[in-house]
Amino acid sequence: MPENQVLVEIKDLHTYFFLAEGVVRAVDGVDLVIKRRQTLGVVGESGCGKSITSLSLLRLIPPPGRITQGEILYYKPSAGDNGSVDVINITALNPNGREIRDIRGNQISMVFQEPMTAMSPVRTVGQQIIEAIMLHQKVNKAEARKRAIEMLARVKMPKPERTIDDYPFQLSGGMRQRAVIAMALSCHPHLLIADEPTTALDVTTEAQILDLMRSLQNELGMAIMYITHNLGVVAEMAEEVAVMYLGKVVEQTDVKTIFLEPLHPYTQGLLSSIPRLDESIMRGEKRRRLQMIKGMVPDPYTRLKGCPFHPRCPKVIGDVCDQVEPASIWVRPGHMVRCHLYAEAVKSGPAPSH
Amino acid sequence: MSGFLSIFKGKQQEPGAEVQAPSAQTKDERFYRAGQWQLVWWKFRRHRLANFAMIVLGILYFIAAFAEFVSPYDPLHRFKDFSAKPPSVIYIRDTEGRLRLPFVYGAIRARDPVTMRPVYKEDTTRIYPIKLFVRGDEYKFWGLFPSDLHLFGTGDPQMPLFILGSDHLGRDVLSRIFYGARISLTVGLIGVFLSFILGLVLGGLAGYFGGLVDEAVMRIIDVLVSLPAIPLWMALAAALPQDWPQLRTYFYVTIILSILGWTSLARVVRGKMLSLREEDYVMSAKLDGESEWQIIARYMLPGFTSYIIVSLTMAIPGMILGETALSFLGIGLHPPTISWGVMLQDAQNVQTIAQLPWLLTPVVFVITAVLMFNFLGDGLRDAADPYVT
Amino acid sequence: MLSYIIGRLLRMIPQVFLISILAFIIVQLPPGDYLTEHLNRLRQSGASIDQAEVERFTKMYGLDQPMHIQYLKWITNIVTRGSFGYSFEWQKPVNEVIVGRIGTTFVIAFLSFVVCWSLAIPIGIYVAVRQYSLADYFFTFLGFIGLATPGFLLALVIMYVAYTYFGIRVGGLFSPEFETQPWSWAKFVDLLSHLWLPVLILAIGGTANLIRTMRATMLDELRKQYVMVARAKGLSEFAVLLRYPVRIAINPILSTFGWLLVWFFSGGMVVEIVLNLNTAGPVLWRSLMRQDMYMAGAYIVIIGTLTALGSLISDILLAIVDPRIRFGSMEGL
Ligand SMILES: Nc1ncnc2c1ncn2[C@@H]1O[C@H](COP(=O)(O)OP(=O)(O)OP(=O)(O)O)[C@@H](O)[C@H]1O
Ligand SMILES: [Mg+2]
Repeated sequence: MPENQVLVEIKDLHTYFFLAEGVVRAVDGVDLVIKRRQTLGVVGESGCGKSITSLSLLRLIPPPGRITQGEILYYKPSAGDNGSVDVINITALNPNGREIRDIRGNQISMVFQEPMTAMSPVRTVGQQIIEAIMLHQKVNKAEARKRAIEMLARVKMPKPERTIDDYPFQLSGGMRQRAVIAMALSCHPHLLIADEPTTALDVTTEAQILDLMRSLQNELGMAIMYITHNLGVVAEMAEEVAVMYLGKVVEQTDVKTIFLEPLHPYTQGLLSSIPRLDESIMRGEKRRRLQMIKGMVPDPYTRLKGCPFHPRCPKVIGDVCDQVEPASIWVRPGHMVRCHLYAEAVKSGPAPSH
Repeated sequence: MSGFLSIFKGKQQEPGAEVQAPSAQTKDERFYRAGQWQLVWWKFRRHRLANFAMIVLGILYFIAAFAEFVSPYDPLHRFKDFSAKPPSVIYIRDTEGRLRLPFVYGAIRARDPVTMRPVYKEDTTRIYPIKLFVRGDEYKFWGLFPSDLHLFGTGDPQMPLFILGSDHLGRDVLSRIFYGARISLTVGLIGVFLSFILGLVLGGLAGYFGGLVDEAVMRIIDVLVSLPAIPLWMALAAALPQDWPQLRTYFYVTIILSILGWTSLARVVRGKMLSLREEDYVMSAKLDGESEWQIIARYMLPGFTSYIIVSLTMAIPGMILGETALSFLGIGLHPPTISWGVMLQDAQNVQTIAQLPWLLTPVVFVITAVLMFNFLGDGLRDAADPYVT
Repeated sequence: MLSYIIGRLLRMIPQVFLISILAFIIVQLPPGDYLTEHLNRLRQSGASIDQAEVERFTKMYGLDQPMHIQYLKWITNIVTRGSFGYSFEWQKPVNEVIVGRIGTTFVIAFLSFVVCWSLAIPIGIYVAVRQYSLADYFFTFLGFIGLATPGFLLALVIMYVAYTYFGIRVGGLFSPEFETQPWSWAKFVDLLSHLWLPVLILAIGGTANLIRTMRATMLDELRKQYVMVARAKGLSEFAVLLRYPVRIAINPILSTFGWLLVWFFSGGMVVEIVLNLNTAGPVLWRSLMRQDMYMAGAYIVIIGTLTALGSLISDILLAIVDPRIRFGSMEGL
């Protein structure tokens, strides 16, 4: 399978929630590219639309939410591994229809934010995994059970033959997350969306799970869309990074560039807000995440004029940033930023090259 | 990869990344605490159905309180010439098509030659306007102040106003319903009050003494909740002698109704008492020399007044229905006491209902009262629940 | 699991025992007793009294002895011989009068129960999935009315409507021509044609209640993460609903088995009286009015025991369907 081929392309995605209080623009013009076998890290403050973007990808947006604009193209690798692809426009599918359900859990699967509640407490771990296997693969129950045990063993679940018949509440948080990952990987998907899969876990377990995901990615040759608050994790996991702010991707490039040469003031703020381990311990500070950028995320109902980040931006340009919305600027191939600061430097950047 | 991680350590704080100052939370908190009941009230005001219910119940209780004045006639007054009369039709346009203030026509009574039942025909030559503040049957308001003023009526004994018809004995159904409201609507209140006392005392005793007392109370509760309400009420009510004075029977009926009502409250009170013993602040209050009852009044009750209010409101409809059912069966209150259940005794068989369907009108009042109490309880519960906005 | 059931059974024994004491006290409450009054009536009418017979009863039930001895005799007879005593009113052993009637009441209660469940569960699921839809408001409103209308008032209104508008006289369990006939297919069909009305009347209030419970628990469950996870697996929406939120939301409904039975017995009494059914309600009513104490006592004991049994069954059902209870985990409960 060729490496750098595009797997999923999100173009100008808008997902809005229509509430009585107003319209929540959860995702407001997102462009993203996920390549095969690659890990894309998605970072941003809480509420910036990371989860909604990923749910849009599987057409799982709950009402009153709706995709109002944009496209999600899935370049489905054909079975023969001959490099040819089928292009599926996910946004055009019926959200309850056959086609999308064939993709869900089979070609694109998802690991959710909270492992504690990701499985039904009244059905065994096995029942919930076997169900997914039997849904997408033509195998009988005994075979599905064998595969489920295999998968559990692969995610390093202790005593998989026994655990498969346990109920989720009999497992620890780390074990549950392993079970959930096993369930998501049980059909060998091309893309795994991991939505903060380790936030609820302790640091040791987190490290184990991250390790596990990386090795499974190599084994199965899948792409990962890794959503997180934690830039340290991004540095460890991802090859490509997208930084989101208020429903938009404000910067996307490879992981090295993000850390060495961040362009967007927001990205710069995010990076500098990571506490230096030694210092923060000396000052007795609690572990913080990203709330150290000046000000708060504005409430989701109001739409700001100009750049959504301008009220908090340290490098704001008067009469420009609060008036005109910045367009995507390709400062060089493979590095996109949405910021007026770079509008002069590169008048019109080259088109993205896949 | 780990090379990237080391970058963070070297980075310096940039000007744009300021630590946010802690907001003025303490002020907000004080405001919140002061306004806790205010908050509940606001939330309640937003619950439209519950507000509507409160208004309807207000009207019903007003009627019950001022029944003598509001009802057009004495509920025991038998209009001999107007027995079993269907509800009067109220007109605003006479035979010549002229608009008038609301009035009724006179009635001519005849007998059905076959069934010998009274039949009424309108006599359009006689017009009786409906007036406000008319003189009529004498009464003693609340047994104290004699008067003969009624809110409305024809003011003419020749043609009484039967808005909901009259019964077999020629008594005005509407007046009887108004007087009946007095009994039917207070049975629930008093019953709930008794349950409240019982629940507080028994639950309190169980939680306070623990051990054997606790065990005994809990077993009694177990048994009581396993008995179906109505058969138990029936059995108890059947023990009331028929010849007791009205007031006494009424009082005992409310006691019977409250016999099942106290159990849930007692359970909660007991649980609170048990957990209270463990609390630190209670211990420190004890060390400060406060008495048990002071402690209970200071720390325990405030925390759960809202629960009590809601559960009491929810218990009222069951009692109203209980009284209705018992009196309907003839084992609760008896005539001459007037309650909605007693009135329905007259509507027990099909023939009566078919001939005098207006005798079923107390049903409408019973259902309305119960429905409104349910709405009110729902609204109160939502308002008192801190997690629902 | 077995030890759970046994423990639960053992707890029921003292409870039933207390019920019997309570029942005995209650039926003794009215002043006077049936036998004395009955004899008085006979004396007044000048009928001859079989003194031997009277003495036999007095002895048999210890009527001349203190209350606790009477109670002991009574309960011993029930426990050892399953005999509930003698009905003075019916001039027959209580068992003969009671068995069939309680059976019919139970059948009516059970059928109402089935109707309740089969209506309330799908409707509850539907209105929860379509929260704030027209159907939701409609059923919420209907539910309130159903809750506020006790069965016997509904029965009165239905009787009126059926009689005046359709000329049907509802009530009774059988048409007159079948009343005394032995059991046959035709009689059974006739029974069914009479039974549906009390069943429906009883079911309405319970259904309203159950819809509310089902809707509330469904809404709670629908919000949980595992529903989204199940969708993300690629299951169809129907399968998702059925296997995930419904599978959990239905558990508390199972536990209604116990209280619904209590409810049906309770509300059923008056409905049966209004509809003039030949079942437990009217007989209990009459025996209470006439101080036929063994009869009334038997009813109270049997109904109390049945309802205690009902709650036992629902506890066991709950432990079967919900592993969290079986394994004593409190998570998410
Ligand atoms: N069901 C919903 N109804 C209304 N608004 C919603 C709903 N789900 C999400 N939103 C809104 O959409 C916006 C984006 O939410 P999203 O869950 O994608 O944030 P996130 O970036 O994943 O945050 P977090 O890091 O906290 O998970 C938020 O403002 C949120 O309030
Ligand atoms: Mg999220």
